[in-house]
Amino acid sequence: MIEFILAKYNYWIYIVLMMIGFYAIIVKENLIKKIIGINIFQTAVFLFYISIAKVKGGTAPIIWEKAGPYDNPLPHVLILTGIVVSVSTTAVALALIIKIYKAYGSIEEDKILEMKEETVPLSIKGSKKNSEHLTSDSMLYTDE
Amino acid sequence: MIDIILLLFLVICGFVAVAMNDLLSTTIILGAYSLIMAIVWTRLNAVDVAFTEASVGAGITTVLIIAALSRTQRMEAQILAGGRSKKYEKYKVKRLLLLMVILVTGGILMYGTIDMPAFGNPNDPANLHVVPRYIKKTYEETGVVNFVTAILANYRGYDTLGETSVIFTAGLSVILLLRRKK
Repeated sequence: MIEFILAKYNYWIYIVLMMIGFYAIIVKENLIKKIIGINIFQTAVFLFYISIAKVKGGTAPIIWEKAGPYDNPLPHVLILTGIVVSVSTTAVALALIIKIYKAYGSIEEDKILEMKEETVPLSIKGSKKNSEHLTSDSMLYTDE
Repeated sequence: MIDIILLLFLVICGFVAVAMNDLLSTTIILGAYSLIMAIVWTRLNAVDVAFTEASVGAGITTVLIIAALSRTQRMEAQILAGGRSKKYEKYKVKRLLLLMVILVTGGILMYGTIDMPAFGNPNDPANLHVVPRYIKKTYEETGVVNFVTAILANYRGYDTLGETSVIFTAGLSVILLLRRKK
């Protein structure tokens, strides 16, 4: 039993981390909190991959004379790619949040949804005057 | 022993980052979380990943979130717990249901770990497929001492090309979203 726990306890800690991120994504209403939750979720998955790569008594995957067995370098490569992609998605998400804040004056999801139900889409309202408002990004400019 | 302490500290940081009301504090705690994560990865011998996380995860992500916070609002709105409003009751029911979803998902994942190979097992299937070949032939075929660099830029160059195009697309969309309208 104790052996089983020693072999698996880090996987359980990653699952706890992942569920903390998951909680922030689905329960919190604040959009930036959701992004932070996504970040925590992603790093938990990365940690899981890196720990698969670990070999008992292994050294870092760089060639030198005294090296024993090397750790598995392949998950490291995949996660290097993953970290960079996660930062790109965070950047795009934050840009979208700034746009949403400009349009609705709030970054709370429940308030935004309430406002969306109340108002008529701008493209319909503006379409009588001129067709310029029908361009794809006119939806986001409420202050015009 | 230190590994367990670091992992527990990660859990505490993650929990506090989600529970905090002030988004700026949350961001700074997330930076600390990323840095501790980088230390854990150094302990697991993933040095390349660790310094990428320390610079990109703890550095750039923090800066990006602070930049977004400076253009939006700093505090997270609270649904008042005191008032017996209809909205709060609704929120409580929703939260209870979602917590159950989270617990079930976590439970299923925990059940899945029973079949996982033990931590650090050299005969784990992940270590047996292409990796022995990479380790044997890398120096001969590429002349690079660092396996991670050799695989990233040579054996899996197309992966890296795809990654670069993702960054390019992300940069392009951020510029398009945030440009000022004339």
